[in-house]
Amino acid sequence: MPKVTVDGQEIEVPDGATVLQACELAGKEIPRFCYHERLSIAGNCRMCLVEVKPGPPKPQASCALPATEGQEIRTDSEMVKTAREGVMEFLLINHPLDCPICDQGGECDLQDQSVAYGRGATRYEENKRAVTEKYMGPLIKTVMTRCIHCTRCVRFSEEIAGVDEIGALYRGEDMQITTYLEQAAEHELSANVIDLCPVGALTSRPYAFEARPWELKKTLSIDVSDAVGSNIRLDSRGREVMRALPRINDDVNEEWISDKARYQVDGLSKRRLDKVFMRKRGKLQPASWDEAFKAIAKAKPGKDIAAIAGDMVDCETMFAAKALLKACGSTLVEGRQTGMDYDVSNLAAVNFNSTFGGIETADAIMIVGSHIRWEAALVNVRIRKAVKRGARVFVVGPQWDTTYPAEFLGDDLSVLGELPKHVVEAFKDAERPAIIMGGAALAKGALGAGLAFAESYGLVKDGWNGFNVLHFSAARMGGLMLGFAQKGGLKDIVAAKPRVVFSLGADEMDFEPFADALKVYIGHHGDRGAHAADIILPAASFAEKDGTYVNTEGRVQFAEKAVFAPGDAREDWTILRALADALKVEVGFDSFAELQAAMIREVPALGEEGLAAYGALPKGGSAAKAEGRIAAYPIKDFYLTNPIARASAVMQQCSSELLGGGELAEAAE
Amino acid sequence: MLADKDRIFTNLYGFQDWGLKAAQQRGDWDDTKSLIARGHDAIIEEVKASGLRGRGGAGFPTGLKWSFMPKESKDGRPSFLVINADESEPGSCKDREIIRHDPHKLVEGALVAGYAMRARAAYIYIRGEYIREAETLQAAIDEAYDAGLIGKNASKSGYDFDVFLHRGAGAYICGEETAMIESLEGKKGQPRLKPPFPAGAGLYGCPTTVNNVESIAVVPTILRRGASWFSSFGRENNKGTKLFQISGHVNKPCVVEEALSIPFSELIEKHCGGIIGGKDNLLAVIPGGSSVPLVPAAQIWDAPMDFDGLKELGSGLGTAGVIVMDKSTDIVRAISRLSYFYKHESCGQCTPCREGTGWMWRMMERLRTGDAAIEEIDMLQQVTKQVEGHTICALGDAAAWPIQGLIRHFRPELERRIEEHNAKFAEAAE
Repeated sequence: MPKVTVDGQEIEVPDGATVLQACELAGKEIPRFCYHERLSIAGNCRMCLVEVKPGPPKPQASCALPATEGQEIRTDSEMVKTAREGVMEFLLINHPLDCPICDQGGECDLQDQSVAYGRGATRYEENKRAVTEKYMGPLIKTVMTRCIHCTRCVRFSEEIAGVDEIGALYRGEDMQITTYLEQAAEHELSANVIDLCPVGALTSRPYAFEARPWELKKTLSIDVSDAVGSNIRLDSRGREVMRALPRINDDVNEEWISDKARYQVDGLSKRRLDKVFMRKRGKLQPASWDEAFKAIAKAKPGKDIAAIAGDMVDCETMFAAKALLKACGSTLVEGRQTGMDYDVSNLAAVNFNSTFGGIETADAIMIVGSHIRWEAALVNVRIRKAVKRGARVFVVGPQWDTTYPAEFLGDDLSVLGELPKHVVEAFKDAERPAIIMGGAALAKGALGAGLAFAESYGLVKDGWNGFNVLHFSAARMGGLMLGFAQKGGLKDIVAAKPRVVFSLGADEMDFEPFADALKVYIGHHGDRGAHAADIILPAASFAEKDGTYVNTEGRVQFAEKAVFAPGDAREDWTILRALADALKVEVGFDSFAELQAAMIREVPALGEEGLAAYGALPKGGSAAKAEGRIAAYPIKDFYLTNPIARASAVMQQCSSELLGGGELAEAAE
Repeated sequence: MLADKDRIFTNLYGFQDWGLKAAQQRGDWDDTKSLIARGHDAIIEEVKASGLRGRGGAGFPTGLKWSFMPKESKDGRPSFLVINADESEPGSCKDREIIRHDPHKLVEGALVAGYAMRARAAYIYIRGEYIREAETLQAAIDEAYDAGLIGKNASKSGYDFDVFLHRGAGAYICGEETAMIESLEGKKGQPRLKPPFPAGAGLYGCPTTVNNVESIAVVPTILRRGASWFSSFGRENNKGTKLFQISGHVNKPCVVEEALSIPFSELIEKHCGGIIGGKDNLLAVIPGGSSVPLVPAAQIWDAPMDFDGLKELGSGLGTAGVIVMDKSTDIVRAISRLSYFYKHESCGQCTPCREGTGWMWRMMERLRTGDAAIEEIDMLQQVTKQVEGHTICALGDAAAWPIQGLIRHFRPELERRIEEHNAKFAEAAE
């Protein structure tokens, strides 16, 4: 713990801290552009210069200088002030003065810091440099004339995303940042460079010229496009969500989000269900709430009533549905739309127990049936970090493009029982071995084999639980905690032949087996579920209601309501509460607060933000074997996995341009 | 004047063959085994005692630099010697002559120096434009391998040492030691942040020393003839002999080995046949390659050509690439051309150099024609100060110094041009 003096104030800093960190600990603001906590140190913007004694009689880049015992650091001296003014002047001489038409305006580091540290007037009378635009794909808009060459975007792609796509061409004042051959940046995290860019060189293409930051209402929310539960901030104006940005949460998403989480929000205002619809003479036609409720009551379901939860619903909605069914005398609730029937008697066995932060420290990882880049892009980032620290990764399943060295062991699940020698050794030698079971593995009934693997390789030890199941539905863990699972999965519901089926935004399931039932779709998008429904009750999306979500590691998180649902759409719980009246049953709550209280009474873990405790993994079953080939992963198209994304024009464009792009363009010729 | 018997580079002018046989006749590779047998630290001590300072420009004591290398590898990382043959400084051409005509001095030096610092191999990074030189050097390395002088059990010393030649692609910045390491690793040649210094983590993250060609090539001779012989030349703290490269307005431009601290006048009169048009025709001299500030005629004439002597004049010895300019020179244009060079060669990594070099060059171009205001001279001076000392590597300093030298010594000339230019336009406007 070296002691340093910052502007006369003596403080102790942690070992390995930089001078910049020391200054921040002392409460001094150090301007910077290239430095970013989560990226490697580049030291190239020279904005963070401070005076350090002992040392050469010139200002030092504080971001790259280690703090050592007895240093005298000055951030307020004349030398530092002049140095900052000088660097700021250099940054500005070739930076266009187009702030009024720049989307970064109002949240621009260069703008803010030039006000705080700049000289105020320019002395530069030569012509400014202009740089040609670079195509970086449908999400990133470039105005490269504004680039100040901080290389944050280059470092992000290389270090975090693990994709060598962005780099610098040429040298000196001709240096240009560009993607390889000016192709689109093609990974799932590409748009994070927009947040990283300290100026308006990389801005959001879909959000271009849409709004200014000071016009926006900022709401804290949770992303529902996958089961990571990324912390996001929804920026809305009026009734429209303009954009989603990541919030910092080191335990979950650090400060990144996937492109889908960021750009599916334009789908919130497209293909929305804003009226009640009823199927009349085979066609869905507008109707009133009253008509719809009467029709449902007329079906006289009694206890022959079922509810199937979709992938994006909050816990409150599911609980309200469960309470309604319970009041009717039914327990037919299920959330696994695709018919999976893995054992959920012990939730620890279907949870990501290592936690996202923990998987970074694993030293041997077995991935079974999961295309992690698509199923949880941010977990892939964590695994990449683990690999950088020396972890070895093995994958069972069809090949996919990992962003780190990984060995594919084939797509036959039986390999789990007869691992090659070097793999066995890798896990035997590992101090923190881990397994990650994906949806494809669960569908093949490999959960037991995974648990057997955990037992035979000692994945659970003191302070370490290496057994992980990676879901990709935001509602999954919450649903399982609320008991949205039948022993035989969806098959049990079908077998019970319900007369009324509530679909809570369930869009991925097959409604064919329920041909004889009255299918009531309570959801927000006119997607597959709505097409199959007899009655549509328009509900709210995740942005339009308060709600609790549980991510795949069992982390309970709350999202807040950003905007109102469009048209006649109502928050889901109010619809279910009204249905209780229509069906003449009592559910025991009249307000959202009462509903939440009732839910927490039943599942106390949902009342506390943070990791829910599921207890120990089940014992025994080490004889369980997995068989069969994983032919494909459940996600066919990263950009179109849920009804919001499917409605989003941006996501559709990404899908056709980045995933199917080549083929489509060729076909058109 | 340095006696012929005291010259280290005895084939500097290529009167004899460069090949191994001829080199051996000149004394190279003579019992190299016994040099190595002295041991790692004895060699370093001898080089320290000789007072040899780095010949690449900065003048850091060579023996001291070597002593920063780890004595033993704690984690199994090997050490490397990188030899800087990326001679791109305008005005410098000494390494070229060494490689052309005396390459075995370099290869032997690589082995001895590499052994002293416990390096596993030497990487010689040669300037891309040195095509024939690279061929010669590679041939010399091959000869040495074939003769068992380097490679496994090099010169029968029991020490394994490899020498690799790597050709650059023509970037001045790759002459900066950490940029050279980046380039060797196959990356874009951009200087690294220091610390960590190369002696801790250099090439491929291993301890590395980067030395100039001349610094390495003189080592075997120093060891053979003794530190006291080498240190008998030059003033205190500026010992030894040095290759001077005189170009520009002298009657016989040349590369010549001389003792350090030789007065400028002697260097010019004895070796270069004097200034064109006589002593009085001398305008200014850039004494150490383009990166150092110029020195006007009056101050340079009697000055000792060494590190400290030129530092006192506000300039530096640099690589001892002496650029002589007589009164026919358009001095502003000359410095402006150097500014263009630095603008062209800036790597673009850090802000002050990337943006500042272009600004400085454009302003120099206007000062050349006088299309400026008098105040802009002060502004230019400020801009050079804003670049100097604020960059990752020394290229920023190198770009700033020539302009600072110009403003320091030739401000009247700059003002005269501005006034003349403005007067012309004032007339036209009437």
